[in-house]
Amino acid sequence: MDDFIAARSQMALSLGFHIIFSCIGMVMPFFMAVSHYKWLKTGEEVYKNLTKAWSKGVAIFFATGAVSGTMLSFELGLLWPKFMDHAGPIFGMPFSLEGTAFFIEAIALGFFLYGWNKLNRWFHWFTGMVVGVSGLASGILVVAANAWMNSPAGFDFVNGQYLNIDPIQAMFNKAWFTQALHMCLAAFTATGFAVAGVHALMILRNRNAYFHLKAFKIAAVFACIAALLQPLSGDISAKDVAKRQPAKLAAMEALYKTEKPAPLLVGGIVNEKDKTVTGAIKIPGALSFLAHGNFNAEVRGLDQIPENDHPPVAITHYAFQIMVGIGTLLLLISLIYFFILFKKKSLTEKRWLLKLFVFAIPLGYLALEAGWVVTEVGRQPWIIYGIMRTQDAVTPMPGITYSFYIFSAIYVSLSIIVTFLLYRQIKMVPVLYHKTDQLI
Amino acid sequence: MMKDVVITFLCMAILLYFLLGGADFGAGIIELFTSTKNRSRTRKTMYHAIGPVWEANHMWLIIAIVILFVGFPFIYTTMSVYLHIPLAIMLIGIIARGTAFVFRHYDAVKDDMQWLYNRIFRYSSFITALFLGIIAGSLISGHIDTQATDFYAAYISGWLNWFSVAVGFFTVALCGFLAAIYLIGETKEEHDKRRFIKKAELMNIAAVVFGAMVFMAAQRDQIPLIDWVFKSNVGLSAIILASLSLVLLWYLLIKGKTKILRVLAGFQVTMILLAISYAHFPNFIRLKSGNAISLLETAGPEKTIYSLGLALLLGSVLILPFLGYLFYKFQKKEE
Ligand code: HDD
Ligand code: HEM
Ligand code: HEM
Repeated sequence: MDDFIAARSQMALSLGFHIIFSCIGMVMPFFMAVSHYKWLKTGEEVYKNLTKAWSKGVAIFFATGAVSGTMLSFELGLLWPKFMDHAGPIFGMPFSLEGTAFFIEAIALGFFLYGWNKLNRWFHWFTGMVVGVSGLASGILVVAANAWMNSPAGFDFVNGQYLNIDPIQAMFNKAWFTQALHMCLAAFTATGFAVAGVHALMILRNRNAYFHLKAFKIAAVFACIAALLQPLSGDISAKDVAKRQPAKLAAMEALYKTEKPAPLLVGGIVNEKDKTVTGAIKIPGALSFLAHGNFNAEVRGLDQIPENDHPPVAITHYAFQIMVGIGTLLLLISLIYFFILFKKKSLTEKRWLLKLFVFAIPLGYLALEAGWVVTEVGRQPWIIYGIMRTQDAVTPMPGITYSFYIFSAIYVSLSIIVTFLLYRQIKMVPVLYHKTDQLI
Repeated sequence: MMKDVVITFLCMAILLYFLLGGADFGAGIIELFTSTKNRSRTRKTMYHAIGPVWEANHMWLIIAIVILFVGFPFIYTTMSVYLHIPLAIMLIGIIARGTAFVFRHYDAVKDDMQWLYNRIFRYSSFITALFLGIIAGSLISGHIDTQATDFYAAYISGWLNWFSVAVGFFTVALCGFLAAIYLIGETKEEHDKRRFIKKAELMNIAAVVFGAMVFMAAQRDQIPLIDWVFKSNVGLSAIILASLSLVLLWYLLIKGKTKILRVLAGFQVTMILLAISYAHFPNFIRLKSGNAISLLETAGPEKTIYSLGLALLLGSVLILPFLGYLFYKFQKKEE
């Protein structure tokens, strides 16, 4: 492995790791707030236990998210110093605001976790909400920074110089809104399905079914609403990409030749050498519609883009297929779920539905990671789209390969420990929540 | 004007990270030097003391880093390139101790895994503080060589030198001292109190010894540390104030006053930092070539600094009252 590939892999690994924890940190506070609210309103003990059980899980994830995020803010410089030299002052605005949001989040979390029986009940509830809102805000802000890499704005690039820098304009670049919207929905979809699935599993095993049913319902509603909206927002994103990054769109669809009208490919194997796709199902005109809202529009293929500006096609294409495939599946599950809710059928009797949710535990996160692969790999070979190449940004220090191995080992061990802790947490629910007041 | 605001915030964030984060690492260091039979008591006291504010403490590092990469990208990237290795080791330490701290508390089953978490927490606290000190030492050591052509000169000797390592151990002792003083005020048990006082004494002695070694190493590596500290009025007054406050601290300790101690300990460490850094401020990194990278000269474009300053001011209006209330609330409950 050469150092450049190692640096890219290390960055991808760190981000892919961090995003899981940050999504949980963004979404779980809202689930807890609902459960907490129900406890305050109804006084039903089960909601208090649920809030506490969730908050213990969240504390574990939050710490892991915080340290992996700290890692990232150094890693940008450790791996991409020449990028940060120029980009820092331009896309830094969201990061500096994000600092504030994190800080508020961390303080509010301190109040929330340690505030049981110490604070006014509603103030305590409010601190939980603050955790959620500031988490969401920081997510949106970082995504705005990433969007700037896709759609640079807020400076003039003259003879290799970055002039007339305007950080505000850079933050509100053309891609920030579509990306942030899609990302927030993805966080709710992924975390919602994962949480609902775990509780569905417990219901199926008939362990504390009442407790888990309450938990399931809260998570499932959030997840399913988000999953209904996700394809709509994805469609907006696709149209946006078609406009601002035609190379990425072409790679997503493995569209080697410009076509009018262009078909949508489902499945298929990409051969990067021959520039062909075999075995795909073609839906005539669908890509033209997706990209430009018109079944007859022309879609630019990779043939119109210089060879050395092509992103890796196979990875981008497969990742896109995975995301859209899962998105469609989750949409179907959501429709079934709402149909059953609407019919007022009892959930515990519909074991197949619960099984479906168990099956969906990892799917949301898979789609989320795949979506980021589309965005990030599809941007290659640029680190700042059209301005700076990734290759020119990498650190001059040799030996990054070792750093990649070490950090991979750390992330793998952390994932194992966190999974193990979560497993224990769930297994201990019956023991811990019999006598409820011993918890902090 | 905004530049000054931003630099003030940067210095504050670094200082607070040294004090609060330092006390936090120190807690792990104290635990490392505690006999096995007292460890679980130390751990309990510590958890009560730093649990609620732990997240907030480590935010200062992130604030400092964000200010650096937004406002002073040249400093940030120079550090990232030439101090890559110690930064990476410090990060591993931060990851390990942060997660171990939380895991050991939130693991639903308390079994042999606790042994592992404790080990990791103690050793990584030590490593993190050591490398934090090494990095700080390297910045002012003048060993960083941006023109080097071979691996060793460019990426190793900048931080692996007598001076930086001595500063590293000095930092470890200071962190331990801060934590011991902090913990004295957190316990009611006479027995524990005496134990922490012992630890504070020990760390104080260690700090003096390592402090002397820092001066010796500076002499050896031809770093004008003595001039910075003793030939400038500010440096000299800071050192005198630090010494006086140390005397006062031990006097009050004998008198049995415990809460005021931590203010004095914090003041003392602040003065030490001031003494070391004042003479070459606003230079942030001293280079082997004899040049230095200055905060004032390498600040980012005006609009960036302006919006960064605005964001920081806005942030502190939102944050400080909230943070103050957090500290207040969880102090009060102890009484
Ligand atoms: C639960 C996760 C999830 C699901 C079900 C979907 N997506 Fe997605 N998608 C993401 C999670 C995601 C993401 C990880 O959040 C990305 C990466 C960057 C971003 O802004 O969102 C993303 C990016 C992304 C992009 C690239 C945006 C860019 O580069 O600016 C497009 C075009 C789509 N998505 C389109 C879709 C479509 C048409 C879907 C139809 C079902 C879909 N996504 C479902
Ligand atoms: C958290 C979700 C994210 C994931 C999973 C993700 C994933 C990835 C992947 C897979 C790569 C490697 C691409 C390649 O080299 O082929 C990459 C590169 C990179 N990403 Fe992201 N990304 C995320 C968000 C962000 C954000 C928010 C930023 C910055 C603000 C960012 C900055 C970078 C940088 C600087 C690189 C290295 C340069 C490059 O390869 O272009 N990423 N990311
Ligand atoms: C799309 C990508 C990202 C999203 C949605 C995201 C979101 C979040 C959220 C919600 C948190 C709160 C901690 C938690 O709840 O676990 C967090 C933590 C953090 N993130 Fe990210 N992040 C992303 C990428 C990045 C990148 C690229 C960086 C650095 C350059 C970064 C830096 C941090 C830091 C420093 C923390 C710790 C803050 C704390 O202590 O609370 N994040 N992130």
